[in-house]
Amino acid sequence: MNNSTGSTATVQAAGVNIKDLRKSYGSNEVLKGISLTVEPGQVVCLIGPSGSGKSTLLRCVNLLEQPNGGTINVGEFEATDPDVDLNRMRRNVGMVFQHFNLFPHLSVLDNCTISQSKVLKRSKSEAAEVARHNLERVGLGHLADRFPDQLSGGQQQRVAIARALSMDPQLMLFDEPTSALDPETVGDVLAVMRKLAQEGMTMLVVTHEMGFAREVADRVVFMDAGVVVEEGPAENVISAPTQPRTKEFLRRVLDPTHIDVVED
Amino acid sequence: MAMTARQRAKVSLYVQAGIFVVAVAAVILAVDWKTIGTSVFNFSKIGPMFPDIFLVGLKNTLIYTALAFVVGLSGGLLLALMKLSSFPLYRWLATGYIEFFRGVPALLVFIAFGYGVPLAFGVQWDVNIVVMVSLGMVASAYIAETLRAGLQAVPKGQMEAARSLGMPHWRAMISIVIPQAFKIVLPPLTNEIILLTKDSSLIYVLGLTASQYELTKFGRDGISSLGAGLTPLLVAGAFYLVITIPLSLLARKFESRSARTKR
Repeated sequence: MNNSTGSTATVQAAGVNIKDLRKSYGSNEVLKGISLTVEPGQVVCLIGPSGSGKSTLLRCVNLLEQPNGGTINVGEFEATDPDVDLNRMRRNVGMVFQHFNLFPHLSVLDNCTISQSKVLKRSKSEAAEVARHNLERVGLGHLADRFPDQLSGGQQQRVAIARALSMDPQLMLFDEPTSALDPETVGDVLAVMRKLAQEGMTMLVVTHEMGFAREVADRVVFMDAGVVVEEGPAENVISAPTQPRTKEFLRRVLDPTHIDVVED
Repeated sequence: MAMTARQRAKVSLYVQAGIFVVAVAAVILAVDWKTIGTSVFNFSKIGPMFPDIFLVGLKNTLIYTALAFVVGLSGGLLLALMKLSSFPLYRWLATGYIEFFRGVPALLVFIAFGYGVPLAFGVQWDVNIVVMVSLGMVASAYIAETLRAGLQAVPKGQMEAARSLGMPHWRAMISIVIPQAFKIVLPPLTNEIILLTKDSSLIYVLGLTASQYELTKFGRDGISSLGAGLTPLLVAGAFYLVITIPLSLLARKFESRSARTKR
């Protein structure tokens, strides 16, 4: 398989294959048969209005939400198989949350080592070495001994990325990683993500950052009301959308002050 | 008559001070100070209580409280986890237990285990065991609710982040959720110890040998043997404060510390 020293870009990338995915909360169907493929090494951005189901879709991929129907394949794992070794699968899937979810009782370094030592059974020194390496990758090697509440939002989110990378994932999921950040720290996080993409990491990103999606994504998927409305190369979907709903959404996102004029 | 806000605040202050003065005067006039002097604040006759109330009574109160707390904390953690279990039977059992032992006076539990068990099963437990079982079982019920609230106060995202890193549920509980919950429940847990300290006084209903006396028993004994009225109880009460006030201060310190680290 892959090496366990956590060096960059040598971990093999895994793809994702989603077929006819359905998810309901009670009578409220939030995913109405989604099919989506992410090739190994590809970056796919999920965009769409809030409540469109894109976060739920992302959370289904590592089974933080239990789908009601359809299949999901992540690399060699069939996530929707009831007998799948979930803990084993999740080791290969890094997840970055909107609100970081760092462990506040652990130092930055320990945030990045705890799962390595408890789950991958790496030695203390090896785990620390991997963690420091990944903290360097996100530009925060000098903050290893701090605690999460001593960091800015952008720094916390970069630590969260380093924490996920320390497990040597084959796929990274990002759930609105910059939505809870102060505007001036968004750029640092996006820069880290851009670098990851260039290194060949498979990434599935829920985002409202259209600039990032256009520049970094191989493909953009526009979702609304639980269905995929339009998908294709980033340039096409964002710069030349064909569906009216996509056009309407992008007009609102790219030029929020325009809203009054739009309503004719 | 219209008053400004400042005038109204002034009048309110005068009224409150007036009520206080009247109340104090009424107490001073109503109380029979001579009797009080001989039967409540009669410190000249309490000499014989020392040093045993300190060396035996205080020590035993601390031991009984500690024993009950150890049982209460382990039982409480077990009950809290049962209450959060995905297996319904565990939840029902825990709920039944908690409702029962929170709803029944601790005194009755003491009597049940101190007198009922010897009668029913013919076994005579050591006092320490009776305290551990009866006070520990009552404490478990209260502590369980405190711990459950603490576990649920840890944001859901913590469990999700831990599971996303490949940790099994039990590992995430041990390494991520429980350490954070513990910090949250430190202040209420300190209050539980204060309640336990006071509840340990209920032991007086059991037959105790002199070396097993705790503070309240010393106080009650003093009433009958020293001829100083209720003064011995006052002394015992003061010793409880010696234990509980530092604990209160500690709880407050924990509270301000967790308030500072919370974001």
